[in-house]
Amino acid sequence: MIYLSIIGHLMIALGSVFLFLGALGLFRLPDVYSRMQAGTKATTLGALSLIIGVGLIQPEFFSKTLIIAIFIAISNPISSHALARGSHKAGIKPFSKTGFDAYAKMKETLEEEL
Amino acid sequence: MSRFIFTWGILILIWIGFTGTLNSMELLMGTAISFVIAIYAHRTFTHKGLGFFSPKSVAYIVKYLLVFLVELVKSNIDVALRVLNPKMPINPEIVEFKTSLTSEMGRLILANTITLTPGTLTVDVIDDTYYIHWLNSETTNPEKAAQAIAGKFEPILKEIFE
Amino acid sequence: MIYIVLALLAVSILLVVIRFVKGPTPSDRVVALDTLTIISTAGLVFLSLFFDRSIYLDVSLIYGVLSFIGVLTIARYLEGGL
Repeated sequence: MIYLSIIGHLMIALGSVFLFLGALGLFRLPDVYSRMQAGTKATTLGALSLIIGVGLIQPEFFSKTLIIAIFIAISNPISSHALARGSHKAGIKPFSKTGFDAYAKMKETLEEEL
Repeated sequence: MSRFIFTWGILILIWIGFTGTLNSMELLMGTAISFVIAIYAHRTFTHKGLGFFSPKSVAYIVKYLLVFLVELVKSNIDVALRVLNPKMPINPEIVEFKTSLTSEMGRLILANTITLTPGTLTVDVIDDTYYIHWLNSETTNPEKAAQAIAGKFEPILKEIFE
Repeated sequence: MIYIVLALLAVSILLVVIRFVKGPTPSDRVVALDTLTIISTAGLVFLSLFFDRSIYLDVSLIYGVLSFIGVLTIARYLEGGL
Protein backbone atom coordinates (compact mmCIF):
# COMPACT_ATOMS: atom_id res chain seq x y z
CA MET A 1 0.00 0.00 0.00
CA ILE A 2 2.78 2.42 0.97
CA TYR A 3 4.53 1.66 -2.34
CA LEU A 4 1.41 2.65 -4.29
CA SER A 5 1.29 5.93 -2.39
CA ILE A 6 4.98 6.65 -3.14
CA ILE A 7 4.47 5.91 -6.85
CA GLY A 8 1.39 8.16 -6.77
CA HIS A 9 3.33 11.06 -5.31
CA LEU A 10 6.10 10.62 -7.90
CA MET A 11 3.52 10.59 -10.70
CA ILE A 12 1.87 13.77 -9.38
CA ALA A 13 5.25 15.55 -9.26
CA LEU A 14 6.15 14.37 -12.77
CA GLY A 15 2.72 15.36 -14.08
CA SER A 16 2.90 18.90 -12.71
CA VAL A 17 6.39 19.34 -14.19
CA PHE A 18 5.10 18.23 -17.62
CA LEU A 19 2.07 20.54 -17.35
CA PHE A 20 4.48 23.39 -16.64
CA LEU A 21 6.70 22.45 -19.61
CA GLY A 22 3.63 22.38 -21.86
CA ALA A 23 2.62 25.87 -20.74
CA LEU A 24 6.19 27.10 -21.27
CA GLY A 25 6.18 25.64 -24.79
CA LEU A 26 2.86 27.33 -25.52
CA PHE A 27 4.43 30.59 -24.37
CA ARG A 28 7.74 30.33 -26.26
CA LEU A 29 7.12 28.61 -29.61
CA PRO A 30 6.75 30.81 -32.71
CA ASP A 31 3.49 29.78 -34.49
CA VAL A 32 0.06 28.19 -33.92
CA TYR A 33 0.96 24.72 -35.17
CA SER A 34 4.15 24.44 -33.11
CA ARG A 35 2.28 25.75 -30.08
CA MET A 36 -0.32 23.04 -30.55
CA GLN A 37 2.46 20.46 -30.42
CA ALA A 38 3.45 21.62 -26.95
CA GLY A 39 -0.14 22.30 -25.93
CA THR A 40 -1.32 18.77 -26.70
CA LYS A 41 1.56 16.40 -26.00
CA ALA A 42 3.10 17.75 -22.82
CA THR A 43 -0.21 18.64 -21.20
CA THR A 44 -1.80 15.28 -22.10
CA LEU A 45 1.01 13.29 -20.47
CA GLY A 46 1.09 15.73 -17.55
CA ALA A 47 -2.64 15.54 -16.88
CA LEU A 48 -2.73 11.72 -17.35
CA SER A 49 0.12 11.17 -14.93
CA LEU A 50 -1.25 13.60 -12.32
CA ILE A 51 -4.76 12.12 -12.46
CA ILE A 52 -3.60 8.48 -12.28
CA GLY A 53 -1.28 9.49 -9.43
CA VAL A 54 -4.25 10.83 -7.44
CA GLY A 55 -6.08 7.55 -8.12
CA LEU A 56 -3.14 5.54 -6.78
CA ILE A 57 -2.91 7.55 -3.55
CA GLN A 58 -6.67 7.42 -2.87
CA PRO A 59 -7.94 3.98 -4.07
CA GLU A 60 -11.63 5.01 -3.62
CA PHE A 61 -11.16 7.54 -6.44
CA PHE A 62 -9.37 5.11 -8.76
CA SER A 63 -12.30 4.09 -11.00
CA LYS A 64 -13.41 7.68 -11.56
CA THR A 65 -9.89 8.99 -12.17
CA LEU A 66 -9.35 6.19 -14.68
CA ILE A 67 -12.45 7.31 -16.62
CA ILE A 68 -11.27 10.95 -16.60
CA ALA A 69 -7.81 9.86 -17.78
CA ILE A 70 -9.21 7.75 -20.66
CA PHE A 71 -11.50 10.60 -21.67
CA ILE A 72 -8.61 13.10 -21.75
CA ALA A 73 -6.39 10.69 -23.69
CA ILE A 74 -9.09 10.30 -26.37
CA SER A 75 -10.51 13.83 -26.54
CA ASN A 76 -7.32 15.90 -26.40
CA PRO A 77 -5.73 14.79 -29.70
CA ILE A 78 -9.12 15.05 -31.44
CA SER A 79 -9.66 18.66 -30.36
CA SER A 80 -6.12 19.67 -31.30
CA HIS A 81 -6.52 18.02 -34.72
CA ALA A 82 -9.81 19.87 -35.29
CA LEU A 83 -8.16 23.15 -34.28
CA ALA A 84 -5.17 22.56 -36.59
CA ARG A 85 -7.45 21.88 -39.54
CA GLY A 86 -9.69 24.81 -38.67
CA SER A 87 -6.82 27.28 -38.44
CA HIS A 88 -5.30 26.05 -41.69
CA LYS A 89 -8.64 26.48 -43.44
CA ALA A 90 -9.09 29.91 -41.84
CA GLY A 91 -5.92 30.93 -43.69
CA ILE A 92 -3.48 31.20 -40.79
CA LYS A 93 -0.04 30.60 -42.30
CA PRO A 94 2.69 28.58 -40.58
CA PHE A 95 5.55 30.93 -39.62
CA SER A 96 8.07 32.03 -42.22
CA LYS A 97 10.79 29.44 -41.58
CA THR A 98 8.45 26.50 -42.30
CA GLY A 99 10.08 24.65 -45.18
CA PHE A 100 7.40 22.76 -47.07
CA ASP A 101 3.59 22.74 -46.86
CA ALA A 102 2.04 19.73 -48.60
CA TYR A 103 -1.45 20.60 -47.31
CA ALA A 104 -1.49 24.09 -48.90
CA LYS A 105 -0.16 22.58 -52.15
CA MET A 106 -2.97 19.99 -52.19
CA LYS A 107 -5.58 22.71 -51.63
CA GLU A 108 -4.16 24.75 -54.54
CA THR A 109 -4.38 21.80 -56.94
CA LEU A 110 -7.95 21.13 -55.79
CA GLU A 111 -8.92 24.75 -56.52
CA GLU A 112 -7.31 24.61 -59.98
CA GLU A 113 -9.34 21.54 -60.86
CA LEU A 114 -12.63 23.18 -59.91
CA MET B 1 -25.73 -9.70 -31.77
CA SER B 2 -22.10 -9.92 -30.70
CA ARG B 3 -21.73 -6.20 -31.41
CA PHE B 4 -24.73 -5.51 -29.15
CA ILE B 5 -23.34 -7.53 -26.25
CA PHE B 6 -19.94 -5.84 -26.62
CA THR B 7 -21.50 -2.35 -26.47
CA TRP B 8 -23.72 -3.30 -23.53
CA GLY B 9 -20.78 -4.69 -21.54
CA ILE B 10 -18.60 -1.62 -22.14
CA LEU B 11 -21.44 0.71 -21.09
CA ILE B 12 -22.06 -1.26 -17.87
CA LEU B 13 -18.32 -1.05 -17.07
CA ILE B 14 -18.41 2.74 -17.56
CA TRP B 15 -21.50 2.94 -15.29
CA ILE B 16 -19.70 1.01 -12.53
CA GLY B 17 -16.74 3.36 -12.92
CA PHE B 18 -18.96 6.42 -12.54
CA THR B 19 -20.98 5.30 -9.54
CA GLY B 20 -18.05 3.54 -7.88
CA THR B 21 -20.28 1.01 -6.00
CA LEU B 22 -21.49 -2.56 -6.55
CA ASN B 23 -24.84 -1.84 -4.84
CA SER B 24 -27.52 -4.08 -6.44
CA MET B 25 -30.03 -1.27 -7.12
CA GLU B 26 -27.35 0.87 -8.81
CA LEU B 27 -26.27 -2.13 -10.90
CA LEU B 28 -29.86 -2.89 -11.96
CA MET B 29 -30.45 0.72 -13.01
CA GLY B 30 -27.14 0.80 -14.91
CA THR B 31 -27.90 -2.45 -16.70
CA ALA B 32 -31.31 -1.14 -17.82
CA ILE B 33 -29.97 2.23 -19.03
CA SER B 34 -27.03 0.59 -20.81
CA PHE B 35 -29.46 -1.79 -22.54
CA VAL B 36 -31.52 1.10 -23.94
CA ILE B 37 -28.43 3.03 -25.11
CA ALA B 38 -26.87 -0.09 -26.63
CA ILE B 39 -29.98 -0.69 -28.77
CA TYR B 40 -29.36 2.63 -30.51
CA ALA B 41 -25.55 2.82 -30.38
CA HIS B 42 -24.29 -0.69 -31.21
CA ARG B 43 -24.24 -0.16 -34.99
CA THR B 44 -21.90 2.82 -34.87
CA PHE B 45 -19.98 1.86 -31.72
CA THR B 46 -18.08 -1.15 -33.03
CA HIS B 47 -17.59 -3.20 -36.18
CA LYS B 48 -15.94 -6.31 -34.75
CA GLY B 49 -17.99 -6.86 -31.58
CA LEU B 50 -16.76 -9.66 -29.34
CA GLY B 51 -14.07 -10.54 -31.89
CA PHE B 52 -12.16 -7.80 -30.14
CA PHE B 53 -11.50 -10.11 -27.19
CA SER B 54 -9.95 -13.01 -29.09
CA PRO B 55 -6.56 -13.90 -27.49
CA LYS B 56 -4.61 -12.77 -30.55
CA SER B 57 -6.38 -9.41 -30.64
CA VAL B 58 -5.88 -8.83 -26.90
CA ALA B 59 -2.16 -9.66 -27.21
CA TYR B 60 -1.78 -7.08 -29.98
CA ILE B 61 -3.73 -4.46 -27.99
CA VAL B 62 -1.38 -4.92 -25.02
CA LYS B 63 1.64 -4.71 -27.34
CA TYR B 64 0.19 -1.55 -28.92
CA LEU B 65 -0.38 0.09 -25.53
CA LEU B 66 3.21 -0.67 -24.46
CA VAL B 67 4.72 0.71 -27.70
CA PHE B 68 2.41 3.73 -27.40
CA LEU B 69 3.38 4.51 -23.78
CA VAL B 70 7.11 4.34 -24.58
CA GLU B 71 6.64 6.65 -27.58
CA LEU B 72 4.47 9.07 -25.54
CA VAL B 73 7.17 9.50 -22.89
CA LYS B 74 9.91 9.78 -25.53
CA SER B 75 7.96 12.44 -27.45
CA ASN B 76 7.39 14.49 -24.34
CA ILE B 77 11.05 14.48 -23.37
CA ASP B 78 11.93 15.42 -26.97
CA VAL B 79 9.49 18.36 -27.08
CA ALA B 80 10.50 19.48 -23.57
CA LEU B 81 14.20 19.56 -24.52
CA ARG B 82 13.41 21.62 -27.61
CA VAL B 83 11.34 24.08 -25.58
CA LEU B 84 13.97 24.45 -22.83
CA ASN B 85 16.84 24.95 -25.31
CA PRO B 86 17.38 28.73 -25.67
CA LYS B 87 18.14 28.39 -29.40
CA MET B 88 14.99 26.31 -30.08
CA PRO B 89 16.23 23.89 -32.77
CA ILE B 90 13.01 23.38 -34.75
CA ASN B 91 12.47 22.88 -38.48
CA PRO B 92 8.70 22.63 -39.03
CA GLU B 93 7.20 21.28 -42.25
CA ILE B 94 3.81 19.88 -43.29
CA VAL B 95 4.33 16.52 -45.01
CA GLU B 96 1.92 13.98 -46.51
CA PHE B 97 1.86 10.19 -46.64
CA LYS B 98 -0.56 7.41 -47.52
CA THR B 99 -1.68 4.67 -45.15
CA SER B 100 -2.53 1.06 -45.96
CA LEU B 101 -5.18 0.77 -43.21
CA THR B 102 -8.72 0.35 -44.52
CA SER B 103 -11.00 0.43 -41.43
CA GLU B 104 -12.16 3.86 -40.23
CA MET B 105 -11.56 3.08 -36.56
CA GLY B 106 -7.97 2.06 -37.35
CA ARG B 107 -7.38 5.32 -39.19
CA LEU B 108 -8.82 7.35 -36.31
CA ILE B 109 -6.61 5.60 -33.77
CA LEU B 110 -3.56 6.05 -36.03
CA ALA B 111 -4.30 9.79 -36.37
CA ASN B 112 -4.62 10.17 -32.58
CA THR B 113 -1.44 8.18 -32.02
CA ILE B 114 0.48 10.36 -34.48
CA THR B 115 -0.73 13.47 -32.67
CA LEU B 116 0.60 12.15 -29.37
CA THR B 117 4.01 10.92 -30.59
CA PRO B 118 7.40 12.57 -31.33
CA GLY B 119 6.95 16.09 -32.71
CA THR B 120 4.11 15.27 -35.11
CA LEU B 121 0.54 16.62 -35.32
CA THR B 122 -2.20 15.41 -37.67
CA VAL B 123 -3.61 18.41 -39.60
CA ASP B 124 -6.04 16.55 -41.86
CA VAL B 125 -6.97 13.09 -43.12
CA ILE B 126 -8.55 12.80 -46.57
CA ASP B 127 -9.41 9.20 -47.51
CA ASP B 128 -6.05 7.44 -47.07
CA THR B 129 -3.78 10.51 -47.12
CA TYR B 130 -2.51 11.98 -43.87
CA TYR B 131 -1.23 15.59 -43.66
CA ILE B 132 1.21 15.89 -40.77
CA HIS B 133 2.79 18.96 -39.18
CA TRP B 134 6.31 17.81 -38.24
CA LEU B 135 8.17 19.91 -35.67
CA ASN B 136 11.64 18.72 -36.71
CA SER B 137 11.21 17.42 -40.23
CA GLU B 138 13.74 14.97 -41.66
CA THR B 139 12.26 14.29 -45.10
CA THR B 140 9.44 15.38 -47.40
CA ASN B 141 9.38 12.13 -49.37
CA PRO B 142 5.96 10.44 -48.66
CA GLU B 143 7.30 6.87 -48.32
CA LYS B 144 10.16 7.80 -46.01
CA ALA B 145 7.83 10.03 -43.95
CA ALA B 146 5.36 7.13 -43.58
CA GLN B 147 8.17 4.88 -42.33
CA ALA B 148 9.46 7.49 -39.88
CA ILE B 149 6.06 8.59 -38.50
CA ALA B 150 3.76 5.58 -38.62
CA GLY B 151 6.15 2.65 -39.20
CA LYS B 152 5.91 1.37 -35.62
CA PHE B 153 2.11 1.50 -35.26
CA GLU B 154 0.64 0.61 -38.63
CA PRO B 155 1.40 -3.16 -38.57
CA ILE B 156 0.00 -3.57 -35.03
CA LEU B 157 -3.19 -1.63 -35.82
CA LYS B 158 -3.63 -3.75 -38.92
CA GLU B 159 -3.66 -6.91 -36.79
CA ILE B 160 -6.16 -5.40 -34.32
CA PHE B 161 -8.72 -3.89 -36.70
CA GLU B 162 -8.52 -6.03 -39.86
CA MET C 1 4.82 18.74 -1.94
CA ILE C 2 1.31 20.18 -2.16
CA TYR C 3 2.58 23.75 -2.32
CA ILE C 4 5.19 22.94 -4.99
CA VAL C 5 2.54 21.33 -7.22
CA LEU C 6 0.11 24.21 -6.69
CA ALA C 7 2.88 26.75 -7.45
CA LEU C 8 3.82 24.94 -10.67
CA LEU C 9 0.16 24.85 -11.74
CA ALA C 10 -0.22 28.56 -10.91
CA VAL C 11 2.86 29.52 -12.96
CA SER C 12 1.63 27.44 -15.92
CA ILE C 13 -1.81 29.07 -15.74
CA LEU C 14 -0.09 32.48 -15.72
CA LEU C 15 2.00 31.62 -18.82
CA VAL C 16 -1.08 30.33 -20.66
CA VAL C 17 -3.10 33.44 -19.74
CA ILE C 18 -0.28 35.66 -21.08
CA ARG C 19 -0.46 33.73 -24.37
CA PHE C 20 -4.27 34.04 -24.27
CA VAL C 21 -4.05 37.84 -23.99
CA LYS C 22 -1.14 38.28 -26.43
CA GLY C 23 -2.01 35.59 -29.04
CA PRO C 24 -1.83 37.31 -32.42
CA THR C 25 -4.52 35.13 -34.07
CA PRO C 26 -7.85 33.71 -32.83
CA SER C 27 -6.45 30.15 -33.07
CA ASP C 28 -3.68 31.01 -30.62
CA ARG C 29 -6.30 32.10 -28.13
CA VAL C 30 -8.35 28.91 -28.61
CA VAL C 31 -5.25 26.72 -28.15
CA ALA C 32 -4.46 28.66 -24.97
CA LEU C 33 -8.03 28.17 -23.75
CA ASP C 34 -7.85 24.43 -24.46
CA THR C 35 -4.58 24.11 -22.54
CA LEU C 36 -6.04 26.18 -19.71
CA THR C 37 -8.96 23.75 -19.37
CA ILE C 38 -6.67 20.72 -19.22
CA ILE C 39 -4.53 22.36 -16.55
CA SER C 40 -7.59 23.28 -14.49
CA THR C 41 -9.09 19.78 -14.92
CA ALA C 42 -5.87 18.30 -13.54
CA GLY C 43 -5.87 20.96 -10.82
CA LEU C 44 -9.43 20.05 -9.76
CA VAL C 45 -8.49 16.37 -9.54
CA PHE C 46 -5.51 17.31 -7.40
CA LEU C 47 -7.70 19.46 -5.13
CA SER C 48 -10.12 16.53 -4.70
CA LEU C 49 -7.20 14.64 -3.12
CA PHE C 50 -6.17 17.68 -1.07
CA PHE C 51 -9.65 18.29 0.39
CA ASP C 52 -10.66 14.60 0.27
CA ARG C 53 -13.95 15.34 -1.55
CA SER C 54 -14.89 13.08 -4.47
CA ILE C 55 -17.44 15.63 -5.80
CA TYR C 56 -14.54 17.57 -7.39
CA LEU C 57 -13.90 14.58 -9.68
CA ASP C 58 -17.41 14.86 -11.14
CA VAL C 59 -16.93 18.58 -11.60
CA SER C 60 -13.64 18.07 -13.47
CA LEU C 61 -15.15 15.36 -15.69
CA ILE C 62 -18.08 17.57 -16.72
CA TYR C 63 -15.72 20.51 -17.20
CA GLY C 64 -13.56 18.37 -19.51
CA VAL C 65 -16.56 17.20 -21.58
CA LEU C 66 -17.99 20.71 -21.97
CA SER C 67 -14.65 22.26 -22.94
CA PHE C 68 -14.10 19.50 -25.52
CA ILE C 69 -17.45 20.32 -27.14
CA GLY C 70 -16.69 24.05 -26.97
CA VAL C 71 -13.31 23.71 -28.64
CA LEU C 72 -14.80 21.52 -31.40
CA THR C 73 -17.48 24.15 -32.02
CA ILE C 74 -14.93 26.97 -32.27
CA ALA C 75 -12.75 24.87 -34.60
CA ARG C 76 -15.77 24.25 -36.81
CA TYR C 77 -16.47 28.00 -36.80
CA LEU C 78 -12.88 28.82 -37.83
CA GLU C 79 -13.23 26.33 -40.67
CA GLY C 80 -16.26 28.23 -41.94
CA GLY C 81 -18.80 25.43 -41.54
CA LEU C 82 -21.04 27.01 -38.92
